[in-house]
Amino acid sequence: MMVILRRAGIFLLTLAIASIVVFAFMAVLPGDPAQVALGVNATPELLAQTRHAFGIDRPLPVQYLDWIGGLFTGDFGRSYVTGDAIGPQLLDRFEVTLWLVGAATVVAVVVAVPLGTLAAAKHRTASGTVVSGLSQLGAAVPAFLAGIVLVEIFAVSLRILPSGGWTPPDADPVAFLKGLVLPALSLGLVQAAVLTRYVRSAVLDVLGEDYLRTARAKGLRPTRALIRHGLRNAAVPVVTVLGLQLATLLIGAVVVERVFVIPGLGSMLLDAVGGRDLIVVQDVVMVLVAAVLVVNLLVDVLYTVVDPRLRRAR
Amino acid sequence: MRNLVIGAVLVGLIVLAALISFLWTPFDPTQVDAALRLQGPSGAHWLGTDRFGRDLVSQLMVGARTTLYVGVVAVGVAAVIGTPLGVFAAAGPRWLGEIVLRANDIMLAFPALLLAIMFGAAFGASTLTAMVAIGIATVPSFARLARGSALQVLNTEYVLAARSAGRTGLAISVRHVLPNIAGLIIVQCSVSFGIAVLAEAALSYLGLGTQPPTPSWGRMLQESQELLAVQPRLLIVPGVAIALAVLGFTLLGDGLRDRFDPRLEGHRAQG
Amino acid sequence: MLKVDGLCVAAGELPLVSDVSFTVGSGERVGLIGESGSGKSLTASAVFGLLPDDVTAAGSVRLDGVAEDLVGASENLLSRLRGSRLAMVFQEPMTALNPSMRVVDQVAEARLIHRTAGDRAAAHRDALRLLEQVRLRDVAELGNAYPHQLSGGQRQRVLLAIALANDPDVLICDEPTTALDVTVQAQLLDLIVKGVKERDASLLFITHDLAVVATVCERVLVMYGGRIVESGLVAEVLTSPKHRYTKGLLDASDLESVDERGRLHAIAGAVPAAGQFPSGCVFRNRCPRADDRCRVQPPWFGEPTAGHACWHPVGGDE
Repeated sequence: MMVILRRAGIFLLTLAIASIVVFAFMAVLPGDPAQVALGVNATPELLAQTRHAFGIDRPLPVQYLDWIGGLFTGDFGRSYVTGDAIGPQLLDRFEVTLWLVGAATVVAVVVAVPLGTLAAAKHRTASGTVVSGLSQLGAAVPAFLAGIVLVEIFAVSLRILPSGGWTPPDADPVAFLKGLVLPALSLGLVQAAVLTRYVRSAVLDVLGEDYLRTARAKGLRPTRALIRHGLRNAAVPVVTVLGLQLATLLIGAVVVERVFVIPGLGSMLLDAVGGRDLIVVQDVVMVLVAAVLVVNLLVDVLYTVVDPRLRRAR
Repeated sequence: MRNLVIGAVLVGLIVLAALISFLWTPFDPTQVDAALRLQGPSGAHWLGTDRFGRDLVSQLMVGARTTLYVGVVAVGVAAVIGTPLGVFAAAGPRWLGEIVLRANDIMLAFPALLLAIMFGAAFGASTLTAMVAIGIATVPSFARLARGSALQVLNTEYVLAARSAGRTGLAISVRHVLPNIAGLIIVQCSVSFGIAVLAEAALSYLGLGTQPPTPSWGRMLQESQELLAVQPRLLIVPGVAIALAVLGFTLLGDGLRDRFDPRLEGHRAQG
Repeated sequence: MLKVDGLCVAAGELPLVSDVSFTVGSGERVGLIGESGSGKSLTASAVFGLLPDDVTAAGSVRLDGVAEDLVGASENLLSRLRGSRLAMVFQEPMTALNPSMRVVDQVAEARLIHRTAGDRAAAHRDALRLLEQVRLRDVAELGNAYPHQLSGGQRQRVLLAIALANDPDVLICDEPTTALDVTVQAQLLDLIVKGVKERDASLLFITHDLAVVATVCERVLVMYGGRIVESGLVAEVLTSPKHRYTKGLLDASDLESVDERGRLHAIAGAVPAAGQFPSGCVFRNRCPRADDRCRVQPPWFGEPTAGHACWHPVGGDE
């Protein structure tokens, strides 16, 4: 318990510092949001008025506290370009990205755990070598390229899945799932290739452990011994990598959303970058950074569940 | 051993293509010619032309330069900042080590691609901006590696002997630690190189990386995306080039690691 | 009960154990002694059917009541025998228990695998009883602990409880006390002997420690260079050894006697690496009595259960 509390404290501290970094980064940017919003012909009075409306005429610490305070109450401010409240849109977009990342994680785990275990258990045979080689090759393919190829096969040639777009799950569950398949595969398969290598090496390590020999000595068959005693212990390094991968997936989703024209956080971020809507960029970046940190926290908590040795304070 | 050879060959090919491209390419890679649009492979155009009539082989060759440039900038930034940070964190006073560790944790919250997008928003899209961002995002992995292996070296007997002989932390770092961790740092460079190439491809695809008219494999993909159904060649060529480059640098890194770190040999050699 | 005949173990082309034959009678306690590198652990693993991946066994290992030869037997048959009729305790107590599983569950599992306990609750009760039998205290609490919370001695007792869980006919112990403190060692040896006696089980005890063999075993096999070089009753072998190697081993462990320069006795040289043993008598490159005759592999002199393989035995044709 103490371990988790300590870890949560570090999480909050890191989050606070990260938010200052994000804010400072955006604040020192050259260029004036009011000028961007109004164009070059704006009068000085109008500019001053707009700056006041944006709240960017105040001292930076005040702006920061105002922004952070807003985040806690769900107020993400208003877009410099459209003037709309950012919060509701951000929430919608975040939900879309979470679906995508969640589905991709499932794909990665479902593919990588059996394949990696197989590659380890049969590492002296041809099938093990083939799996290892394929995973190495797969890890070298960019996710968006995988996406483009999948679209070509399943959407353009076979015409069994849509090539892009997004249907909310509550509007039409079937269309939702169909639309989710290709983006989730293109994001998930590449990560599966990376994860397979880690599962393989974790399982290889476990296969050499004395306690697996003890399990065999009790009379367990090799496969049962590995499943009952090996996989849980192999999970610790795999969970670490999976946590790091979730961060990669969150950001990788930015690119895949572009390929499949999915209205997630990634496309919101890219649109805001394109329109120089800095407050939106700042909000989206903050949400992504917070998500990455939350994932890291969850991974640490998960450790203590998987490995009893870590339950005592380190 | 097998990893090392395959990796070295792939990387060697890229370097060779980039070097030759300074002296000679079959055609001007930026030469637009409507009459030559979308030609298939032929004696003149070995891999055909794209939708602007530009020669694919020439674009690939000059694109290899971009790929190497990208890796050198990103890995250079990461190694030059990260390695000394890690070594000082290990050899310097305890509070310094603690600060570096904490800063590392915070940096981990900013994945490479996100940092690159932020940099793109701030300083405008260009290869250099993108790669400096990727490099900065890679600093923590170098710092962590350098700190870890430096701590190991610092605990060996000959360093303890040097210490008791009155040498200072800095002198020990330069004389003993750096030479001993150089191997692992080079391995990390090779692996990070592959990651940087992958990141450049993604950023160029998003329009935040290499800008026209500079040829880049990532941009070749982006420019031909809609033509996948009719001219898959236009995507396969740069796609394969990117995958082989990433594979080459990763295998080279793995192979070098087996060389430098015999403890891992048992496991990796079987792969 | 256990009959090993012409057992050979090799890693590829490299022979590690050559032509080892011995029997362990019902309820008999036999020690297998030798320095590290002598092949004693590999012999035990081969008997148990759990050799490392690239190591293969040839020859014959028969267990009473089992029709097939255990060498080359199916994994299916071996899995059924392991943990029920044939049990083994290994050297490393610190790493031999699953770190992410409660201790009591690891003992109960042994009862569940072979369906010797009716259900989970019964297996759990059996496990607590077994933990009590190896004299662990507060088993209810200790059983719920994870291995990292136990000392090395406690862990080895847990492993003994696992091995004894299904009342095996043959228990193999591979240096079970080597990693432990001396006082803890003695207690564990007592528990092993008691556990074996209570079940009328046979014991094959592997060690490099002469004193341990003297405490635990009735008969002893001396192993060197992958071969058995001498065997016999403990009392006889340890008091009047025949093989020059056994003699050297005994002299080296005798802290009372010293040579003419006042130093403790030691066997000259070191155990060669696997595959580097000389042809003929495996001990001849370290033996003070070695001559040309020793270039030929000595035959077995004496009874199968008590004899030696030495051309120049101690007290022989000097």
